[in-house]
Amino acid sequence: MTAKDYRVSDLAVARGGLVVLEGVGFTLRPGHALVLRGPNGVGKTTLLRTLAGLQPPVAGDIGLPPEAIAYAAHADGLKATLSVAENLAFWAAIYGTDRVETALDRMNLRELRDRSAASLSAGQKRRLGLARLLVSGRPVWMLDEPTVSLDAASVALFADVVRGHLAEGGAALMATHIDLGLTEAGVLDLTPFKARGQAAGTASDFDEAFA
Amino acid sequence: MIALLLRDLRLAVRAGGGFGLGLAFFLLVAVLVPLGVGPEGGTLAKIAPGILWVGALLACLLSLDRIFALDFEDGSLDLLATAPIPLEGAVAMKSAAHWLVTGLPLTLAAPVLGVLLHLPGEGYFWLVASLALGTPALSVIGTFGAALTVGLKRGGLLLSLLVLPLYVPTLIFGAEVVKRGAAGMAVEVPLLLLAGITLGAAAVLPFASALALRINLR
Amino acid sequence: MSLWEYANPKKFMQTATRVLPVVSVLAAICMVGGLVWGFFFTPDDYKQGATVKIIFIHVPAAMMAINVWGMMLVTSLVWIVRRHHVSALAARAAAPLGMTFTLIALVTGALWGQPMWGTWWEWDPRLTSFLILFLFYLGYVALWQAVENPDTAADLTSVLCIVGSVFAALSRYAVKFWNQGLHQDSTIMKVGEKDPLDPAYYWPLIVCIAGFILTFVALVLLRTVTEIRARRLAVLTARERLA
Repeated sequence: MTAKDYRVSDLAVARGGLVVLEGVGFTLRPGHALVLRGPNGVGKTTLLRTLAGLQPPVAGDIGLPPEAIAYAAHADGLKATLSVAENLAFWAAIYGTDRVETALDRMNLRELRDRSAASLSAGQKRRLGLARLLVSGRPVWMLDEPTVSLDAASVALFADVVRGHLAEGGAALMATHIDLGLTEAGVLDLTPFKARGQAAGTASDFDEAFA
Repeated sequence: MIALLLRDLRLAVRAGGGFGLGLAFFLLVAVLVPLGVGPEGGTLAKIAPGILWVGALLACLLSLDRIFALDFEDGSLDLLATAPIPLEGAVAMKSAAHWLVTGLPLTLAAPVLGVLLHLPGEGYFWLVASLALGTPALSVIGTFGAALTVGLKRGGLLLSLLVLPLYVPTLIFGAEVVKRGAAGMAVEVPLLLLAGITLGAAAVLPFASALALRINLR
Repeated sequence: MSLWEYANPKKFMQTATRVLPVVSVLAAICMVGGLVWGFFFTPDDYKQGATVKIIFIHVPAAMMAINVWGMMLVTSLVWIVRRHHVSALAARAAAPLGMTFTLIALVTGALWGQPMWGTWWEWDPRLTSFLILFLFYLGYVALWQAVENPDTAADLTSVLCIVGSVFAALSRYAVKFWNQGLHQDSTIMKVGEKDPLDPAYYWPLIVCIAGFILTFVALVLLRTVTEIRARRLAVLTARERLA
C-alpha cells in the first residue's frame, strides 16, 4: 500500500442540481481514519459518492484515485440467492484478489459460509457487506453509515477490523454517528462547508441566468 | 468480467422464473394467434415467420427491466461502477447473460412453436439461424434501454416505449430471412444485414449503455 | 461575435424575447398568406381535383417532421459536447413540436391517400417510416417527462436522440427493403425534370414551407424561454427550501 497522503481541496459537490457543500478540504493519511459529521441532509453521502467517482465534482481537486477506493453504502449489494462465500467470491473475482477466507475469518462469518444470504439477519448481512471491503484489497475505505443495524458486539468487531486495516497502512473515511472508539480517527464537521444552494451549472454563465 | 457473467447466470438459474417466464410467454403467443386468426394452415403458414419473430421480440422485452433493476436496488450497481472492471465491459457481460437466459432458449424453442403455426419445412433452418443471429441484437439494444431507465419509477413501461422503435430494423430483417427461407428464396441479403445490425450494436451500444448508466448513477 | 454567445441563457433570453414578436408576425403572415393563396388562388388538378391542395399542409409538415429531429440531434450533440443548457432546453422544446408535425403529416397523408389510392393507410415505406419516426418522438418526449433531475434528463435524452438517429436511419433503410412503395418521390426539387410539380403550386408551397418553418422557430423560442424561466423558478424555490 502506498504511504502517500490523500489530499482533497476546495471540493464542491452537488445533489439534485444544487451545490450542497463547497470549499471542502482535508488530508487523509495512510493509517488514519476520518469521521464525517454533520446533520442529516448536509451532504455526507453526496460527498462520499463524489469521492468514490460515482458523480462528478462541481469544483475542486480530489487527490484520491478512484482505483484506491472501496466504497460501501447503505445497500450492501448482496445477492439473496447466493451463499455467503459465493457473494464474497464474486467480488474477489471482480477485484482480482483471493482474500475470501481471510475476510470470512476477520468478520466472524466462517460458520455462516454456506448459508444463503437470504437467511442472514440484518446485522449478519451488514457484516457480509463489510467483508467485501476486506476482499477488495483497496487501501481507502469509504463507508456510509457502516454500523447501521449492527449490535454492540458487531460494532466492536467492525472497529477492530477497521483498526486492523489502518494498522496495515490503509485509510478510512466514514460517515457515522456512532463513536467507534477509534483513537486514530480525526473528525471533520461538514456544517461550515454548507453551500448557499446555487445551481450546479458547469458553464460559468449558468448561475447568472438561472438563479 | 467472466465472473459477472457467471454470477448473472447463476442468479437467473436460482431465481427460477426469470427465463422460464419468457419462454412461457412465447408459447402463449404461438397458441393465442391461431385462436384469434383461425385454424387454416395456409393463413398460419403465411404469417408464421412474422408471428414467431414478434413473439420472440416481445418475450425478450419482458425481462429487460431485470437486467439492471435488481442490481440497482441492492446497491451492486454502485459497487460495480466503482470496481476495477470497465463499466462498458460489465454492461456487455450483462447483455450476454440476458441473451443466454432469454434469446438462446427462445431460439431453441422456436422450431417447436413453428410446428404449431404450420411453418413450411424450408423455414425451420432459417428460423433458428435468424433468431440465433438476431436475438443478441435484441439483448444488446434492450440493455441500452434498461440503462436509460434504471431507477425510474414506471420505468418498465417507458422501457418498452423506448426499446420497441429501436427493434424495428432487427425485426424487419429477421422476419424477412424466415419469410424468404420458407418460400425457398435467397436469404443472403437480409441475413447479412441482420448480422451487420447485431455486430454493430454489440460493438457500439455497450459504450452508450455505460454512459447512460453513469448518468443515472450520479 | 460568435454563435456560442447565445448559449448564455441570459443573452439568449434577451435576444429571444426581442426577436420573438417579429418572427411570430412573419410566421402568421406566411402561414395565412400561403394557405389562402394555395387553397383559393390555384387551379384544381386535372386528375386530383381540389384534393391536391392538401399538399400545402402535407409537404411542409413532413419536411418539418424530419428537420426538427435533425435539429434535436444537433442540439443534443452540442449539449453532450459543450454542456450549454440552452441547447438541451431547445431540444426539449422542439420535441413535442416535431411530434405534432409528424402527426399532421400522417393525418393529411391519410386524407390525401383515401381519394388517390383508395385507402386511408398503406404500409408504404414512406408512410411506415413516418409512423416509426412518430414512435421515436413519443419515446423521446416520454423520457424527458419521466426523469426528474433536469440535467440528468438532458443527458439521457441526448444519448437516446443520438442512438435513436442511427436506428431511425437504419429503420428507414430496412422499411425500404421490406416493401417497395406506392408513395411518389418528393417532387418539390424536381422543377425542370419530368413529372414536375406544377409551377402554379410551386410558389404558394414555398410560402407555406416558410410559414411552417417560421411558426416552428417562433414556438421553439417561446417554449425555450418558458423552459429557462421554469428552470430558474425551480432553482429559486429549491434555494428557498435550503436556506
